Amino acid sequence: MGRIAPRLAAVAVFMVTLAACGGGTGTTSQTDVGITSNSILLGNTIAQSGPAAAYGTIANAELAYFTYINSQGGVNGRKINFKILDDAYNPAQTVPLTKQLVEQDQVFAMFSGLGTQAQTSVRDYLNSKKVPQLFVATGATTWGKDFASNQWTMSWQPPYQGESHIYAKDVLAKHSSAKIGVLYQNDDYGQDYLKGLTDGLGAKASMIVAKESYDVTAANTAAQLTKLKAAGVDTLFLFSTPGFTIKSLVIVTLLHWQPTIYLNSVSNPQVYMGLAAKAGAANQNVTSVSYLKDPTDSQWAGDDGMKLYKTVIANCSKCDPNDGFNIYGVAVAYTMVDVLKQAGSTLTRANVMKIASSQLNETNPFLLPGVKLTTTSSDHFPIMQEQVITWTGTGWKLQGTLIDERGTIK
Amino acid sequence: MQEFFQQVVSGIAIGGIFASLALALVLIYNAMGLVNFAQGEMAMFATFVAYALINRGMSYWIAFPITLVLAFGGGILIQRLVIKPVERAPVLTLVIITLGLATLVNGFAGFIFGYVPRSFPSPFSADSADLFGVFISYRDMGVIAVSGLVLLGVYLLLQRTTVGLTMRAAAHHPEASRLLGVQVSWMLALGWGLASAVGAVSGIMVAPILLLEPNMMQSIIIYAFAAAVLGGIESPLGAVIGGLIVGVTVNLAGAYLPGVGGDLQLAVGLAIIIAVLIARPNGLFGRAAIRRV
Repeated sequence: MGRIAPRLAAVAVFMVTLAACGGGTGTTSQTDVGITSNSILLGNTIAQSGPAAAYGTIANAELAYFTYINSQGGVNGRKINFKILDDAYNPAQTVPLTKQLVEQDQVFAMFSGLGTQAQTSVRDYLNSKKVPQLFVATGATTWGKDFASNQWTMSWQPPYQGESHIYAKDVLAKHSSAKIGVLYQNDDYGQDYLKGLTDGLGAKASMIVAKESYDVTAANTAAQLTKLKAAGVDTLFLFSTPGFTIKSLVIVTLLHWQPTIYLNSVSNPQVYMGLAAKAGAANQNVTSVSYLKDPTDSQWAGDDGMKLYKTVIANCSKCDPNDGFNIYGVAVAYTMVDVLKQAGSTLTRANVMKIASSQLNETNPFLLPGVKLTTTSSDHFPIMQEQVITWTGTGWKLQGTLIDERGTIK
Repeated sequence: MQEFFQQVVSGIAIGGIFASLALALVLIYNAMGLVNFAQGEMAMFATFVAYALINRGMSYWIAFPITLVLAFGGGILIQRLVIKPVERAPVLTLVIITLGLATLVNGFAGFIFGYVPRSFPSPFSADSADLFGVFISYRDMGVIAVSGLVLLGVYLLLQRTTVGLTMRAAAHHPEASRLLGVQVSWMLALGWGLASAVGAVSGIMVAPILLLEPNMMQSIIIYAFAAAVLGGIESPLGAVIGGLIVGVTVNLAGAYLPGVGGDLQLAVGLAIIIAVLIARPNGLFGRAAIRRV
């Protein structure tokens, strides 16, 4: 008896493995929860109402890309189903909605959940359940930096600190005697940018002569900007969210102040610049960075990636094709599909995470030419190249060449 | 010193915005003896109506009065449909209903118009005037001037006309008014209509500055409450002066109070509400409390 039991167990394991491999069909494909022979279920939480609802269109654009892929036959014969839930940018709602998607709807992976605090609030849960939390829609530096302790979570876009490093380089090169003033949102988001700028300036950090923060509940930023102006600031950094950036650009003009302005990428979609101009902002000497092709920039009119974007976004009747958030959504969905395709017949959560976090090597048609998405076993920041852009009054103009910040995050 | 004056002037500018919405809050209080938490959202929605009209090619100066008429009608409609059925319910019920209304109107606006901010035209220049190195924008001055005009209109209506007298009587002494033949319920509806129209003026004036989107009034409404409470919740003049005081206080506290900085400006607004309610419950211009019976 003592000798037969292990053998029986071995046979049983063999039978179970056979069954898991798809029974009698003879294929060797491996799958996980959320995958059927003809479908893949992805889940998403995003703000489609509430204070940050302007971001909500990202999920619609992602859905438009999946719809496009499904119409082309899907991923290796499987159609992608994408369930979007509205968390109103409120982490207290993100948690139950994410649990609902994982436990009730049985999603294969969470994709492109939006908001630093919202996604932080479900990171532990998703990691303990070993559910991929892929390509969260936030540029907080923690996603790439703290991957070792959260191996089921990854971001996609360049980290805010990397972006700030580029600003620091640009200031040092072009305005080496600048008196820098910073207006930042008083949360992780604003502080992440501020840390990047301070690190990037290094020994020259004393160029920052004044820092002012604001709270998202503030009515405007007039008090802070007045102080920065009075402090003699000639180079103003705006590390703010779009609504406050627009108001700040207007207030700067109303104060008859003409500093050099650095504007974070979150606030730079052309539609916001246009709104600021209509509200009275001069928008002079404004610099930012970009890694996506701008749908409103005529230089991409004949570009294949942009043509594909226009085709894809036509699947979403609610989406404004000129809204920069929509090309973001389509671009990140492209990477997701790429990863799922590469997983091939081993469509398991672990394999998808392995490809995304350490084997990504992609050119993405919606990103600026030359931007390459790369991850390795020791580097989990997919996009690290951005290009300086300056505002011409009617659009952004690319300056210089792509700047690569890979390996600079401390 | 120039910086200090600039801070004061910026405070007056934002205070004018608080004041314009506070005026509508005061009107509704005069009409029914309670604050309407949906006031800001109703003003935002009326502004979207104006936006839609202008976007369809209507001139600003035609869309403006049409919006006011629609807002007036909308206010009456809301009172008839939502408030009248619970007219005699406890105050708490009414407060909760206005809170629900706020969420509903906000969601409805988002559903129809989306959440992307939009620019809204203004009759005033986007530039600012230079007063010895201190700058104030023409649009901000416009908001204050229009608030002054609305204040004058409201004052004349409430104090100098029979309708105004009847409205006040219906709000404060409903039973006695009823005995005198006043249609109390319709007077309350009239109050809602007027407050809604005044709110619409506020929305149309501040939208070019704040940018039109469903959450436009959410950062303003708390300060408007502070302004109304500070001025004495019944007094239209108090609302305007209260608004300017709150604006300047919040701005100066943000700039100069150590530890407050830009982080706790809203807390300063709330502190004003609490301090006024404790020290002088009737506000600066309020009279002794009269309770709805």
